[in-house]
Amino acid sequence: MTRNSPAVVSASKLGLTFQTNDGPVQALSNVDLTIGKGEFVSFIGPSGCGKTTLLRVIADLEKPTAGTISVNGMTPEQARESRAYGYVFQAAALFPWRTIERNVGLPLEIIGLSKAEQAERIKRTLELVNLSGFEKKYPWQLSGGMQQRASIARALAFDADLLLMDEPFGALDEIVRDHLNEQLLELWERTNKTICFVTHSIPEAVYLSTRIVVMSPRPGRVSDIIESTLPKKRPLDIRETPEFLAIAARVRDGLRAGHSYDD
Amino acid sequence: MNWLKPSWQAVLAVALCLIAVALGAITKPEAAAMAQPEASLDYPYLVTKGLMFGLLLIAALVSMTKLPAIVEALVLFVGAHLTAWLLITGINGFEGTALAPYFLVLATAWLLGWRCVAVLSSLRPVANWAKTALRLIIPAIFGAWILILWEAITRGAGIPFILLPPPSAIGARIAGSLPVLGADVRQTIFKAVIFGYVVGSGAGFLAAIAADRVPFLRRGLLPIGNMVSALPIIGVAPIMVMWFGFDWQSKAAVVIIMTFFPMLVNTVAGLAASGHMERDLMRTYASGYWQTLFKLRLPAAAPFIFNALKINSTLALIGAIVAEFFGTPVVGMGFRISTEVGRMNIDMVWAEIAVAALAGSVFYGVVALFERAVTFWHPSVRGG
Repeated sequence: MTRNSPAVVSASKLGLTFQTNDGPVQALSNVDLTIGKGEFVSFIGPSGCGKTTLLRVIADLEKPTAGTISVNGMTPEQARESRAYGYVFQAAALFPWRTIERNVGLPLEIIGLSKAEQAERIKRTLELVNLSGFEKKYPWQLSGGMQQRASIARALAFDADLLLMDEPFGALDEIVRDHLNEQLLELWERTNKTICFVTHSIPEAVYLSTRIVVMSPRPGRVSDIIESTLPKKRPLDIRETPEFLAIAARVRDGLRAGHSYDD
Repeated sequence: MNWLKPSWQAVLAVALCLIAVALGAITKPEAAAMAQPEASLDYPYLVTKGLMFGLLLIAALVSMTKLPAIVEALVLFVGAHLTAWLLITGINGFEGTALAPYFLVLATAWLLGWRCVAVLSSLRPVANWAKTALRLIIPAIFGAWILILWEAITRGAGIPFILLPPPSAIGARIAGSLPVLGADVRQTIFKAVIFGYVVGSGAGFLAAIAADRVPFLRRGLLPIGNMVSALPIIGVAPIMVMWFGFDWQSKAAVVIIMTFFPMLVNTVAGLAASGHMERDLMRTYASGYWQTLFKLRLPAAAPFIFNALKINSTLALIGAIVAEFFGTPVVGMGFRISTEVGRMNIDMVWAEIAVAALAGSVFYGVVALFERAVTFWHPSVRGG
């Protein structure tokens, strides 16, 4: 469906080897992947499969040692310097000495927007994540779910078209997580951003994604890419439909195949 | 026995009080007067002896009945402190003549004071003003008892003035020498300490930033800074006096040397305190070195920097006072201490020590208040 639109991320023969004290570790090998505009792509796999590393390579937080990758048609470094993406980390990583509104305004300050523009964007993004009214609170006065929503608002604040999310809801409980998943889908639909989403939860990946990239470890590689046939509008109870379960089964099979010669 | 609520302090107090009564004479003159009933000898506690024992016994016994805690504390407070006051004023003119019952009375009053603080500490008031009052009263009683014991023991046992003057003499000396003490404080604290503290801490801070920015400084400067901190102040002070003259500038130089290193190490440690995730976050915004420094790393380093400022507030005072031992115009706290020791004016030495302790506490307190305002977000300040 969105495969024909221009590529936001395109990687070919991408590899990354870390030099550690125990010798080289191949975190990524031979990754070929194209992500089109407006897609919601999940990366799923057991720990050590390189899914976070791949996201960090896209974000120019790690340098690949083999192959090529482009983000928005530029190198990842150029993309980072032109602020092409927002990144949401595993923890909220809000600065405790700043109020929520000043945390959300942090990237805007660094970019150097005017005070009025900053205030306007802070207001808009906090509305987007349902945090209006909490502007003057400090992060430690908010629940974990609210903190993570504030960190999403911070990543959205400077209006990058690409959103990179590294297990953003991993530390939250199931109920909060369902709720945030719903809100994320709604947000994605409204803003038409491209989202790369790292997770280790199969239902989360299937529920959110238009495409699911299944990865396996040693060396970290892509073992399967599954197109979702689910409609764009997804109520929470879509997770009980046979269609959903069929996709989840395929993902599980893919994960198992990647593991087959482990033990 | 529902109305009884014994405490070990009160029981012990009653026992000690009874032993004191049984032992008889409180002072040597009283013992002499008892030995010769016909001679009309003057002796202390002629009238107040019964009153003191009565107060102690009543306070101890009343405190063991089931009373509201605040009433119990009040009874103990009055009993303990009135007795202590009678004991100290009574020994006036008969210093050094105390016998065992004198110290037993003192110990009994102390036990009641102890019980009073224990009762107050167990109070859990709801009102804010009551909490504030308790927070002040408990340490005040605690501190007062250090002075009471010091006063009563030095005077009762007649400890030589040279070894340890009673606090009342030190207080009188402070009150009588305010102009001299004021001049010393101005010379030592307002000139040497403040200047040295600001310049030393500031230089340490800037050096830390430089070491963070320039790798060769990090490798080269930190070991040298370490060596500077190991320099013995006793050896450095006379050299500074030769270099910068007798006035406060040489003392400020010693303070700079002493305060530089704690600030350097703490700031270097603080700059490394921000998390990987936060630094990656700044990187995703393509934030430059200085932006990351001011928006992330320095705020994260603030608790470390304030630690250094607090350590330095006491180090600076010590450095300036010790440095004055090696040459100074005829003013300054260190100068006063070294000359008055030579003249056996020990009360003046203690007066300077008291003023230095007070000034140091105020200095530290101001820095700590400032710290609370700046690092309000840190778990150690906001409490969890």
